[in-house]
Amino acid sequence: MLNSKFKKSLALVAAISTVAIFGSDLRAETIKIGTSAPKTGPLAGGAVVTHWPNVKLWAHDVNSRGGLKLKNGVRAKVKIIEYDDRTNPGEAIKNFNRLATQDKVDFMLAPYGTGFNLATAPIFNKLGYPQLTVSAITDKIPALTKRYPGIFFMLGSTSTFTSAVVNILKDMRSKGKIGNRVAMVNVADAFGIELANAARPIFKKAGFEIVYDKSYPLGAKDLSPVIKGAKASKPDAFIAWSYPPDTFGLTAQAKINKLNVKAFYTAVATCFPAYKGKFKGAAEGILGAGGIDPDTAEMKAYFKRHKEVTGKDADFWASAVTYASFQILEQAIEGVGSKDRKAVTAYIKDHEFKTVIGPVKYDNQNSARFWTVGQWQGNKFYGVSSEGRPGAKPIIDKPDW
Amino acid sequence: MEILIGGILLGGTYALLAMGLQLQYGVARIMNLANGEVLVAGSFGAFWFFTAAQVNPVLAIIILAPAAYVLNWLIYRFLLQPLVKRSKTQGHLEVDSILSTFGISFIFIGLLHTIFGGEYFNYEYLEIPYEVFGEAYGINRIIAFIGAVVIAAGLFLWLSKTRSGLKLRAVSVDPASARLVGIDVDKASAMAFSLGGAVTAAGGALISMFDTFDASIGVVFTMKALIIVILGGVKEIKGTIVAAFVLGLAETAVATLIDPGLTLAAAFLLFILVLLFRPQGLFGREAS
Repeated sequence: MLNSKFKKSLALVAAISTVAIFGSDLRAETIKIGTSAPKTGPLAGGAVVTHWPNVKLWAHDVNSRGGLKLKNGVRAKVKIIEYDDRTNPGEAIKNFNRLATQDKVDFMLAPYGTGFNLATAPIFNKLGYPQLTVSAITDKIPALTKRYPGIFFMLGSTSTFTSAVVNILKDMRSKGKIGNRVAMVNVADAFGIELANAARPIFKKAGFEIVYDKSYPLGAKDLSPVIKGAKASKPDAFIAWSYPPDTFGLTAQAKINKLNVKAFYTAVATCFPAYKGKFKGAAEGILGAGGIDPDTAEMKAYFKRHKEVTGKDADFWASAVTYASFQILEQAIEGVGSKDRKAVTAYIKDHEFKTVIGPVKYDNQNSARFWTVGQWQGNKFYGVSSEGRPGAKPIIDKPDW
Repeated sequence: MEILIGGILLGGTYALLAMGLQLQYGVARIMNLANGEVLVAGSFGAFWFFTAAQVNPVLAIIILAPAAYVLNWLIYRFLLQPLVKRSKTQGHLEVDSILSTFGISFIFIGLLHTIFGGEYFNYEYLEIPYEVFGEAYGINRIIAFIGAVVIAAGLFLWLSKTRSGLKLRAVSVDPASARLVGIDVDKASAMAFSLGGAVTAAGGALISMFDTFDASIGVVFTMKALIIVILGGVKEIKGTIVAAFVLGLAETAVATLIDPGLTLAAAFLLFILVLLFRPQGLFGREAS
């Protein structure tokens, strides 16, 4: 008797728990988000600062507030599925294909790096996923957005990027701080070559004389001949379209060789916390690609949360923009209220979004408000030149090494 | 003068990259594709000692080199010796060792990535200009160069003047005959491989003083080391050292006189010329 009663209650408990589990499964949906970016290979050093911590932070932020709000009050937590593309475009394409067809993810985050975003654009397009690119700087934005209805850009084009640097030098020249002589070097890689080619005519048109114009191979172990050559040309300004390892190498050599110029610019990674960590006080006044306004309330909170959740410092440029691109996706999904990718893409096209970097509105799939040049002033890398973003700081002269 | 000094300093860096691989390939006959990862591990070791314990990178070598020796001995004993035992020809062993060390390199990358993360690492140690003939060079580079000279001289003297060094050279020339005269080839090979690892890790510690590195940059070093070792003639440490300096001087000359963008082209041109006209390497003997 007791035994059968026990059995009955056991069955009841089992039934209830089944219903409970099944029921809760119905109510709590998940949205699967796929991401592929380098964790190893030459671009890994950039992606682990700019891309990966923000994926973690965003998933943490969304899930800790209960998930995304969908139609009928359903809450959906996000589940991240991530792959390493080993800094290999072929691998990246394979990863996105796998994410879409095998893992059946609902949305995919754009990869890291200009080349990778361009290489994977056809596959995003073919599979019908929106692609909110961040680290993609190119002059082909109009052609690409025309060809791919789901691609979005928000970090600017090659020519605005180079013009911004030239404008800063023009401004310094008109104030009598520098003369006409510019030493320009670039890394012999798609990015560096494209920027150097774009910069040459702009410098000439602005009346600058390029007194030293050389490239060096990616991964060069000894950059002292480059800096010695630049110094021998007696420049007023030094501009390097550089990648992370050589950004560090060129700065170190410039310091050793006492290449003293009022305007010293190195491109990618100048805004990284590790740059300040290495050069400390010597970084003061150095110009670099990007920048942000780190003093807004949103950005201060973002930096603090980034450190707390990921244990790492955010960089002073694309980190926040990467997070903003995830926020746009998040708000678009909530705005539509479902996983309908077509509707979400359409929603992104004609709405304005509130993000950590300020409001973002795409115009023909391109957001025309972005930072172009920043400068180390004290412990922060401040945006000193922007397109359509307020809060640019006045430029200071770079003190001698 | 500027070219000469710059070239010699760069040559020192290249010698640090390549000497370890020469011991591993020339004597132990293992074409070690994980060589660059061992070097990067040495860099990370020095970075860790410097940032966590304020130990300077040169002192850190006292701990890092023996640790690398033990680690490489274990790798050789348990992962590579079985391949050596079963392979019948040198070609067979080469293919096997390339495949397995390629795999080992991924294990290294994974471990470094898990422990340190994937960021770029560097630290500032003695990045102070020092004037030589009116041109400034970083003191850290000069120290690395001195380190390279000390290691190179030590290896050269040991290999040419001592009995244990003689054994290694005998194995390098002909392992089968070495066995006939009573040399324990397995032991000598294990020693050469481990010593190569220790030298490479020490090189990594020295290079980390002025270079920016990350967990997956090892392959860049492996490639450069391979070129230098083949350039110099696989069997001779002396060839490797000379080749390193020739390459350093050639690259600096091209960078200063023509264009820094052509340094890679110059390196490969040199490589092709040597392969065409002296396929056995600068110091190699004719293959028998």
